[in-house]
Amino acid sequence: MTTNDILHETYGALTANKVRTGLTMLGIIIGISSVIALVAIGNGAQSSIQSSIQSIGSNLVMITPGAQRSFGGPAQARGSAQTLTVADGQAIQSQVSNVANVAFDVSAREQVVAGGNNTNTSITGTTPSYTDVRDVEVDDGSFFTDDDVTSSNKVAVIGPTVVTDLFPDGTEPVGQQIRINSSIYTVVGVTVSKGGTGFTNADDVIYVPYTTAQHYLTGNQYLSEIDVSAATANDTTQVQNDVTTLLLSRHNITDPTKADFSILNQSDIIATASSVTGTFTVLLGAVAGISLLVGGIGIMNMMLTTVTERTREIGLRKAIGAKKSDINTQFLIESIMLTFTGGVIGVIIGWGISAIVSSLGIVQTTVTASSILLAFGVSAFIGVVFGYYPARRAANLNPIEALRFE
Amino acid sequence: MIEVNNITKTYESGENSFQALKGVSFTIKDGEFVAIMGPSGSGKSTLMHILGCLDTPTSGTYHLDGKDVSTMSDDELADIRRDNIGFVFQSFNLLPRTTVLRNVTLPLIYANQDPEKREREARQALLSAGLDEKYFSHKSNQLSGGQIQRVAIARALVNNPTMILADEPTGNLDSRTGEIVLGTFQHLNETLGRTVVLITHEPDVAEHADRIIVIRDGLVVSDAANHKKRKASLSPKDANNT
Ligand SMILES: Nc1ncnc2c1ncn2[C@@H]1O[C@H](COP(=O)(O)OP(=O)(O)OP(=O)(O)O)[C@@H](O)[C@H]1O
Ligand SMILES: [Mg+2]
Repeated sequence: MTTNDILHETYGALTANKVRTGLTMLGIIIGISSVIALVAIGNGAQSSIQSSIQSIGSNLVMITPGAQRSFGGPAQARGSAQTLTVADGQAIQSQVSNVANVAFDVSAREQVVAGGNNTNTSITGTTPSYTDVRDVEVDDGSFFTDDDVTSSNKVAVIGPTVVTDLFPDGTEPVGQQIRINSSIYTVVGVTVSKGGTGFTNADDVIYVPYTTAQHYLTGNQYLSEIDVSAATANDTTQVQNDVTTLLLSRHNITDPTKADFSILNQSDIIATASSVTGTFTVLLGAVAGISLLVGGIGIMNMMLTTVTERTREIGLRKAIGAKKSDINTQFLIESIMLTFTGGVIGVIIGWGISAIVSSLGIVQTTVTASSILLAFGVSAFIGVVFGYYPARRAANLNPIEALRFE
Repeated sequence: MIEVNNITKTYESGENSFQALKGVSFTIKDGEFVAIMGPSGSGKSTLMHILGCLDTPTSGTYHLDGKDVSTMSDDELADIRRDNIGFVFQSFNLLPRTTVLRNVTLPLIYANQDPEKREREARQALLSAGLDEKYFSHKSNQLSGGQIQRVAIARALVNNPTMILADEPTGNLDSRTGEIVLGTFQHLNETLGRTVVLITHEPDVAEHADRIIVIRDGLVVSDAANHKKRKASLSPKDANNT
């Protein structure tokens, strides 16, 4: 038989029973596309969570007031205890080595009014170093200055979400007056969007000098958070340890388990998050693996149930002069074409699903070559083995045995 | 030349086995036209499958043109089936969902014949088996029993075999079409010198042969020349004019 004839026979056999061919391919397509899409979504979720953790700052060590969460006792709301002072922050800046910058944070949630519009948003009282510590960039205008902090000036830097909430008509925000808790503030800057992803929306926030926040909003001298940025990523652990020791001694606490503050470092958060997202990816991978298995069983089932009909066909082909090798080649090529066509369609669909998920903004998916190879390899293997092996067995029967096969 | 010597065939199915042929011997010379008769279940098809190199005897020897078929490999037998034997099955065994023309071309495809030549020969074979051209592109499962029979015969004739083995070739045909098929076999036998062996129930059909072998319960009970040979009254040329 010429190659052309073999291809013609294969094509004829595949198109002769379109439903059977279609269902077999469907098994392959579902198996492959689900593996590719699910793994892409898993990877995308992992990198999106990681980048949103990265976006909260650089080499960050965060100190919040209140006891460490411990099992058994009721946990206090984060930042609600009054134990961290400005003096603590200044001590960290001057006494702990490898500290690049320290920013204070006095948080409040207030109703904000500008013209006829109002919004309820979070107010962060801080220092200009915040821009450095938490990677905040100013787009329009500028961040307030140390002088504003010293003089408790009523100036505000607002996030892009606040801009759209307060100035929906497109008024230039810088220079406008906004009212926070019955005091008038002047907008001096607008921050660059960090994107709405992550645990909280970093764009829906108003920055004011922390002295102003203490004076007009919280009415006390305490801080809700101290953010320390270490000089390099490798210094975060040392900075964390030194800050702990310093604050324990400043607060006269000898037993570290009774600390009246808690301290978190960004590398720990990243490590925890990647172990969580890793589990998540494994979970998705397992679901995908099950679909691949189900798809594979579908392929096996279709290939094996058609074996009766195909055995008769093989008997007939042998009766009119086909050799074993003719039969083997035909069936091998047939199962390769079947799994290959199904595989290509499956890859395209899997890719398509990932692209749709990305374009809907759910998560930025990444299709990996390894998932394509794995999915393709497994279904091609199953398809070829279960398409070829029974045919090979049938080709070894004599024509009459094959024609009588039940 | 077919020489079978004391062949037996035992079918094993689970614990029970059944001996369908119990020691059959005969010789068929090249160019003979032989009819095999016998009641249902007597072993005619079993014998024919062995003669057609489709199955092997349990014991005994079978020499085809002097070569011992029972010692041949699977692929050597495939070559013999392809090049020397045209076989018409009792249950026609066409490829389903495949066109008539393709079914008939298939033996030539396995024989590596070039595409134009094989298509011409397949058409010729179908016409000489008495099938109208309008059915050539029908799928084999869109045909009547008699039309399927003619396609099966055409497929047996298409590779110009030296030996044509037909198991009840006229069983599904009306008497007129049956005459055409028998006329075709006689033409192949007399004009082209092909060996023809056919199985039939009907004495009328058997009388078209030179020699009649009768089988009963797996044994040859009579083997004699037919002295009142009948000539088929119709030939393939009459097939398409009604
Ligand atoms: N594969 C098989 N397994 C078991 N027994 C078989 C098998 N094939 C045929 N037989 C038995 O062998 C005997 C002969 O069968 P065979 O088909 O040769 O009969 P036949 O003479 O062609 O009959 P008919 O005229 O009805 O076609 C029958 O009794 C049948 O039951
Ligand atoms: Mg029979």
